[in-house]
Amino acid sequence: MRFALRLIPGFWLALLVAAPLALVGLMALSWQAEGVPPYAPPWAGAGINPDNLRLLAEDPYYRDALLQSLAVAGATAALCLLLAVPMGIAIARAGRWREVLLATVLLPFWTGFLIRIGAWIGLLRDEGWINSLLRALGWTDQPLPLLYTDGAMLLGMVHAYLPFAVLPVFAAATRLDPLLEQAAEDLGATPRRAFLSITLPQLLPSLAAAFLLVFIPAAGEYVIPELLGPPDATLVGRVLFQEFFQSRDWPVASALAVALLALLIGPIILFQRLGRAA
Amino acid sequence: MTPRLSLRGVTRHFGTVTALDGVSLDVAAGEFLALLGGSGSGKSTLLRVVAGFEAADSGSVHLDGADLAGVPPHRRPVNMMFQSYALFPHMNVTANIAYGLKREGRPRAEIAERVAQAIAMLRLEGMESRRPDALSGGQRQRVALARALVKRPRLLLLDEPLGALDANLRERTGFELRAIQRESGAAFVMVTHDQSEALALADRVAVMDRGRLVQLGAPREVYDRPATRFVAEFLGAANVLEGRSTGGGALECPAAACILRPAAPLPEGATAIALRPERIRLGPAIGDNTAAGTVEEAAFRGESSLLLVRLAGGALLRVSHAEEDGAPPERGTPVRVSWDADAVVPLLG
Repeated sequence: MRFALRLIPGFWLALLVAAPLALVGLMALSWQAEGVPPYAPPWAGAGINPDNLRLLAEDPYYRDALLQSLAVAGATAALCLLLAVPMGIAIARAGRWREVLLATVLLPFWTGFLIRIGAWIGLLRDEGWINSLLRALGWTDQPLPLLYTDGAMLLGMVHAYLPFAVLPVFAAATRLDPLLEQAAEDLGATPRRAFLSITLPQLLPSLAAAFLLVFIPAAGEYVIPELLGPPDATLVGRVLFQEFFQSRDWPVASALAVALLALLIGPIILFQRLGRAA
Repeated sequence: MTPRLSLRGVTRHFGTVTALDGVSLDVAAGEFLALLGGSGSGKSTLLRVVAGFEAADSGSVHLDGADLAGVPPHRRPVNMMFQSYALFPHMNVTANIAYGLKREGRPRAEIAERVAQAIAMLRLEGMESRRPDALSGGQRQRVALARALVKRPRLLLLDEPLGALDANLRERTGFELRAIQRESGAAFVMVTHDQSEALALADRVAVMDRGRLVQLGAPREVYDRPATRFVAEFLGAANVLEGRSTGGGALECPAAACILRPAAPLPEGATAIALRPERIRLGPAIGDNTAAGTVEEAAFRGESSLLLVRLAGGALLRVSHAEEDGAPPERGTPVRVSWDADAVVPLLG
């Protein structure tokens, strides 16, 4: 009975993680074909197809998409961290307001994701609130191009992923001993020096965790760049979509997905190490 | 001579609670002062006011004649050893001890030399590269002490320095603390709730109760001549007996059914006296300062036994019976108790 119980999570892992992953890996080594599904597996006669993975390495279009996605994810994670450090520490020290502030950070999760993106579009578009306000104040007569820019994309990304960065910093900050900063000041450290030499080093594992917790999912983000970003941005999510649904080249799309996963394995392992260390 | 530390009328409120109520006291250079009191007595708040973590609502704090009002903690030539030690968990022993010297901007060679001296003085050799979580309680305590002492503070504040140690380590560490204080020449102000610690270590003991300083004096003086009922009961758990003045310099105590006659005539207005358990003898006596009762409980405590004696007037007297005086009487035995006149200490509040 106990053995059977232990099988259940293994079964779900196999069904929901291992099987799809194996299928994607298989498709990456298959041939594009007419039909449903539109690919021919290696055992259909043509053998293993090495061209899909080779194409990724050789065609700068795919390579750039991967690199640009990592850059956007890195920028998103860095911006989130910049906001999360003061927020996490302040919430941890907020005393009886702590729960209220924490709930406020999590509040966006209670509204639909697309509704929040829609709200940004409503704010940022040419006839949106911000441009209308600027025109009403007489500061501009031409609408500022806000929507469909890198800035709008990063804004949407930071907005969506910020809670993932705040929570680990907050959790680590609640475990800090407030007396340590006092001890540092007692020994002659200015409050700023006490923060930099005592508090910040103790938060470092949580900062790395927060960065990776944003970076890893943000690297594959599709919806936010698509709805808020510039039309010519070739991020890996968009290229994947195009290959799957427009070119119907499932093998190349699968190879791209495998490549993204391979790039993220390093950070994922790092994140798990940090989790164990903390 | 200017005192090292001088407090005048220091008062601090937290909301409606008065944590410190007009505390005035002086600490001489090289003196070891113990602030003794229960929880909520204000002793820790007083320490935090001197360290600069709390501001006094009124009153003044002077160090060697210089007013410390408005001086932030990091600019006070005062160091504190925290009750939890507050060692930096991400730094090893050496880095913890060197931290304060680095903030002073001392040259590297001087820092290394002074840290090595502190490590030798507190017998921390071999621990240099360990982090606090790899140290025992006693070692952590010594690192905390070294970290504060290495700055050569004019005044060292110690918040329950022995409180987190095992009982068997406490006595030895107390003697070490005393030796280090003499060696360093710094003035020590130690907060403790443990009366035996205060009496054993300090040159003078300041007893605090509900934010007030109730008695300040040498350990023996505070112990032998408690000024108030609180001091008498807090230090050594003295018996406190109440009564009416006989007019002849003695106190008539109905609860003890006897006359309590102090060595010097009872001061005007005194209606209670303190009587230490170890000053009470068993055995017949005549006249004043003797009473009859029955042993209600007897508890063996090693070098002595504690007897609870119910007196004829209803009062319950704690009597310490030394082992060398033979086996203590059994429960239910009728006894006579007596004491010397100089054991009767009039209380003034």
